[in-house]
Amino acid sequence: MSLTIPLTILSLSLLAFVSAVILYFVAQKFKVIEDPRIDEIQAILPAANCGGCGFAGCRNFAEALVGADTLENLNCPVGGIAVMTAAGNILGKTAPVFDPLIAVIKCNGTAEFRSRTSNYDGAPDCRIAHNLYIGDTDCSYGCLGNGDCVRACTFNAINMDYETMLPVIMDNKCVACGLCVKACPRNLIELRKRAKKEKKLYVACSSCGKGGTARKACKVACIACSKCLQICESGAITINNYLAYIDAKKCTLCRKCVTECPTGSILEFNFPPRKLKSELETASISG
Amino acid sequence: MFKTFPSGGIHPPELKLTGSAPILYLPVPETVTIPVSQHIGAPAVPLVSKGDYVKTGQLIAAGQGFVSSNIHSSVSGKINKIDTIIDSTGYRQSAIFIDVEGDEWIDSIDRSSEIIREIKLTTPEIIKRCQESGIVGMGGAAFPSHVKLAIPSGKNCNILIINGVECEPFLTSDHRLMVEKAAEIITGVSILMKALNVDNAMIGIEANKPDAIACMTEEASLVRGISVHGLKVKYPQGAEKQLIKALTNKEVPHGKLPLDLGIVVQNVATAFAIYEAVQKNKPLFERVVTITGKSLTNPGNYFVRTGTPIVRLIDAAGGLPEDTGKIISGGPMMGKAVNNTGVPVVKGTSGIVLVPLEDAKRETIKPCIRCAKCSSVCSFNQEPYLMMALAERGLWERAEASGITDCMECGSCSYVCPANRPILDYIRLGKSTVNKLKRERNAK
Repeated sequence: MSLTIPLTILSLSLLAFVSAVILYFVAQKFKVIEDPRIDEIQAILPAANCGGCGFAGCRNFAEALVGADTLENLNCPVGGIAVMTAAGNILGKTAPVFDPLIAVIKCNGTAEFRSRTSNYDGAPDCRIAHNLYIGDTDCSYGCLGNGDCVRACTFNAINMDYETMLPVIMDNKCVACGLCVKACPRNLIELRKRAKKEKKLYVACSSCGKGGTARKACKVACIACSKCLQICESGAITINNYLAYIDAKKCTLCRKCVTECPTGSILEFNFPPRKLKSELETASISG
Repeated sequence: MFKTFPSGGIHPPELKLTGSAPILYLPVPETVTIPVSQHIGAPAVPLVSKGDYVKTGQLIAAGQGFVSSNIHSSVSGKINKIDTIIDSTGYRQSAIFIDVEGDEWIDSIDRSSEIIREIKLTTPEIIKRCQESGIVGMGGAAFPSHVKLAIPSGKNCNILIINGVECEPFLTSDHRLMVEKAAEIITGVSILMKALNVDNAMIGIEANKPDAIACMTEEASLVRGISVHGLKVKYPQGAEKQLIKALTNKEVPHGKLPLDLGIVVQNVATAFAIYEAVQKNKPLFERVVTITGKSLTNPGNYFVRTGTPIVRLIDAAGGLPEDTGKIISGGPMMGKAVNNTGVPVVKGTSGIVLVPLEDAKRETIKPCIRCAKCSSVCSFNQEPYLMMALAERGLWERAEASGITDCMECGSCSYVCPANRPILDYIRLGKSTVNKLKRERNAK
């Protein structure tokens, strides 16, 4: 009777010791050696797990960075140059410089410009509306306004303007992760190079319909008249499939095409107000 | 007791307003727009150009490739232009615009009303004639008939099933055709039997059409091997696989075709079109269309030339009611709302249904409570709510594993859902995306 307690202690201690020995050898056998730099890099990444880099999440991107021979073609659009340089410093490699990008919506078909020809009352999902028919206007390329991009954005950078029924991208919040680009079934969203002072200039139309069809459906459609192509001095404009496109890398933001466009499908944002013609003349006389 | 398929199904209000309205001929309109794609498969290529004069029944666009179909002019007149229109599919498509001048038919068409029962053509000739005449399945899917009739080597067909079910509410075009053109349909069935080399044909007709069953039974008794079966009224009995199950108690396995069981299914309207093509040499450019709706003053059934804008049908039925909320091409369950009244009637248009605004409205979407009503009505024994959830979240692999591609989009799940969830909308999205991914995978 008096032996019960010491025997219990002894047997349990023995058991614990044997288990500890087994655990020690098992731990040695299945030890995972991980590069400590992965944790280090993961710590400086934005932890948004948005997938903008092309990997499933920040951890996967950190692993890819450590495993890569050069850092070319690897970029965290959310963190930008700062994060990539920091990661380069940890790895002792030079990080490539990518132009910061911003998403723009290539459709300006508000209710005012693009009259509704039917009422869509199906599931509020652009993918479904796009699968079903040309949409509630006669334009089969434009925005459907059901907000797939708004739901896709994990940075709250896109809002739906319920007056125009078009999404609005907020420049200060957009990190160009590309989730909205993938979400839009009509491929209306493009990642363009960010210009200084958030200046933006692009063709806000995606209609590949012929001039007449496009114009009939929407007052601000690109009709591929090629006036912008002729006036552009930097060769930034191309026309394909009845649609003009301005290459942001070549564009000098001179704004000549904006005034030339007969339908007003080229939009400019964050530019200083234009000088009126009379002001220009007086300036040249006095100068 | 009438036969039916065992699992799932619903019984929406039948509302067959035009069941006793005889088929009238709709006057030829001043202009027609004939889409070059009225069938499943590659669009036909126009053979005519602007300013050409065409006669009624003339070939104006030729089918390209294996699964495609010829298109014939439904009127005589001058080609105005070849341009795009938004047709009943809801998309912009190429179409041939013809200004009508008189009604001059090509000489080879036999326009007499005499019924010719003797089949002179041989099997390959029948299939060739179907191809030349642009015959497609007229139940709605518009699958080219010559492809369905050409049995690939190694497969055998031993039963022909003729679909006279017409389970969609409102529609009566097949019903009236069976009552008025029973002899022609039965001859068409014998032509099909000869083309497929089968001895047995079963005609399935729902019990809500006793006059059609009587007419067809009387005519079928004159021909050996054709039997008419009354079926219990249940939606979606007109679906191929459900009809096979109801009539033969055989189940088409997942991913297989009815032909793997030795069965071919054709619609009664297709049988009629084949009769006209083979015996009268008349290509498919005219079909029966039901124009109906609760608020219409004069709903009816009409023989309509393809390419006729549906506004002509609506005018014939007493004009567009003020309370119209939706114009549906096809039946109210599986049809598609059109976005303008200029949409032309095509080979697959079985009816035009005008739904009042009150009935057309969609109710507010509420959360799913897993009541499983959708599962209990699904005739494929699937879980529609799950498929919807998977499609909504874009989980395509799991959607594929859940058998989303088996769905034939009957819409029973959306019909019964007490939370008004757009189940079918999402299943359609999932189905088309999964099919697209499958095609991409196979292409690799």
